[in-house]
Amino acid sequence: MKILIVEDEPELRNTLAASLEKERFLVETAGDFDAASEKLELYIYDCILLDIMLPNGSGLQLLEQLKRTGKSGNVIIISAKDSLDDKMKGLELGADDYLTKPFHIAELNARIKAVLRRNMLNGKNTLELANVVLDLDDRTFTVNGEPVALNRKEFDILNYFLLNKNRLITKAALAEHVWGDHTDQTDNYDFIYYQIKNLRKKLQAAKAAIEIEAVYGIGYKLVET
Amino acid sequence: MKLLNKSLIYLSVSLFVVIGLWSVVFYFRMLNEIKGSIDEGLENYKRQIVYRAQHDSTLLQQSSFNEGFFAIREISQAEAIAMRDVYTDTFMMMQDADDEAPEPEPVRLLTTAFENNGKYYELKIINSMVEEDDLLKELLWETIVLYLILIVLIILINNVVLQRLWKPFYSFLHQLRQYRVGVSNTFPEVKTKTKEFTDLQQAVHTLLQRNIETYEQQKQFIGNASHELQTPLAIATNKLELLIEKGNLQPDQVEPIAEVMQIVERLVRLNKSLLLLTKIENKQFFNNTTVVINDVVKQTTQDLEELAEFKQVTVSVTETATLSTQMDVSLAHVVISNLLRNALFHNTIPGQVNIAITANTLTISNTGKATPLDQQKLFTRFHKTKNNTIGTGLGLAIVKPVCDLYEFPIFYRFENDLHIFEIQISGAIHI
Repeated sequence: MKILIVEDEPELRNTLAASLEKERFLVETAGDFDAASEKLELYIYDCILLDIMLPNGSGLQLLEQLKRTGKSGNVIIISAKDSLDDKMKGLELGADDYLTKPFHIAELNARIKAVLRRNMLNGKNTLELANVVLDLDDRTFTVNGEPVALNRKEFDILNYFLLNKNRLITKAALAEHVWGDHTDQTDNYDFIYYQIKNLRKKLQAAKAAIEIEAVYGIGYKLVET
Repeated sequence: MKLLNKSLIYLSVSLFVVIGLWSVVFYFRMLNEIKGSIDEGLENYKRQIVYRAQHDSTLLQQSSFNEGFFAIREISQAEAIAMRDVYTDTFMMMQDADDEAPEPEPVRLLTTAFENNGKYYELKIINSMVEEDDLLKELLWETIVLYLILIVLIILINNVVLQRLWKPFYSFLHQLRQYRVGVSNTFPEVKTKTKEFTDLQQAVHTLLQRNIETYEQQKQFIGNASHELQTPLAIATNKLELLIEKGNLQPDQVEPIAEVMQIVERLVRLNKSLLLLTKIENKQFFNNTTVVINDVVKQTTQDLEELAEFKQVTVSVTETATLSTQMDVSLAHVVISNLLRNALFHNTIPGQVNIAITANTLTISNTGKATPLDQQKLFTRFHKTKNNTIGTGLGLAIVKPVCDLYEFPIFYRFENDLHIFEIQISGAIHI
């Protein structure tokens, strides 16, 4: 899987690259409009992370270029601007998703994988790991073929973890993903602990070969046992 | 005090002085004129008497005023030569038609001398005069009447003229009062050619223009600053996440990192809130659709279910009607979610939150501290109660401008130990 990161801020570019390489993606980067335009002209990428505000041009122009050359798709816009206009324009021009900075790495991973899966068209929209299968269309969860009942939020949590296996998911990232973005006073993430505890119990009871580990009290990660 | 009344006071005081002075001068001139004309009459009488005395010597016998208005007395030549015509004011007992008894009346007396057939006579002629106090009284009354008439006239004229002249001013003032920087699209306009008012309009427009520029700059600055912060915040968040992921951290290293992460988290939220506020103020929400408030409430309560459970707060929803309006969906979520979070966080353990939806109101009430909140500061930015260090202080500050944007009145009250927020939701879009 080849991913291109188009982002003018070198620190962010490198951080994202480092994170995506952990996911075993092949990562290339471009720091300005011209470099990005050249790379997009020459190569084909499975996913493109695109900043809108770039030196010498706009990410939207790059989208137009992709559309012209018939390579559109699998583009996730990462923008500092949470503007409805930009979002609409970007999606109209063929972008698949729009992520507003700042974002959690786990969130970016989840979005990239969702986009990749959506465009692979193998028909099956499931996440599989060890002996567990999460069916995103039917919203069912099975362990060794046996269905396990999950409520809506448990399902969302598990989905998020499966998209980020072996990666750290901070409590903040989890809260934002599952409980919504209008957070003003949710510094207190203690309630997440109880949710995770319940989910762990269910996984254990169903003898799932996956486990949610605590990471330094800051977050969690999903590992195979 | 209104300009009208003020000018009236100035005018009436100065008129009082002017008319007072004028009436004094007028009085004396009048008196002089009267005396002059009486003196002329006396002079005439004198000639007639002297002339008639030449033919009718009986006249010379009239030595007192009893029978007429003159008296003649024979005098020596020397006395006669020394005599000049003298006019004096004196009093004489007289009985007028309206007097019951004779009383002293003012008279003008001419004392003169004449020669008749070699003999010399002293002649005294009187003519009754206006009574000075009568004149004074009369004049005083006339003056007062004149003064009052003038004042009334001035009031009337002032009212008409000033109201006509100042009409553009008052209309301008009214427009100016309605004017809101950043909200009103047109400047106040003065509909006149009066130079003072057009000058005023010019000055006000310049001032408003400058205000608007400052306002826009400030708005832009907040927007730009928040946007510029997004990327550095993203870098900080992601680097910290990668650092922790790397592992091999000692417990004493983890703690400060976790703290820094929390602080960055707070910065992110603060910045997001500021951006949202800027967007609301810039009216960048045009995605207005029909929003069913009941649905938004249902979803928000579901989203916050675990949080409420953790806080041991029971959330109950009472719906008596379906409440729907035309607004941006995400803003509806922001408002309801912020109010609900506010109710959850400033609650007791265990506590209660009641949400009531009627055909045109949404009411969220919660148990909490037993003291009412400060109405004045409730919706101001960064207002925090003493024991709340966690929130950004922007939650309610976001609710208010959204409600203002759609012209939904929002009220807070403290009743039966419950903190109650009520929004009156109407159906119209205002942006």
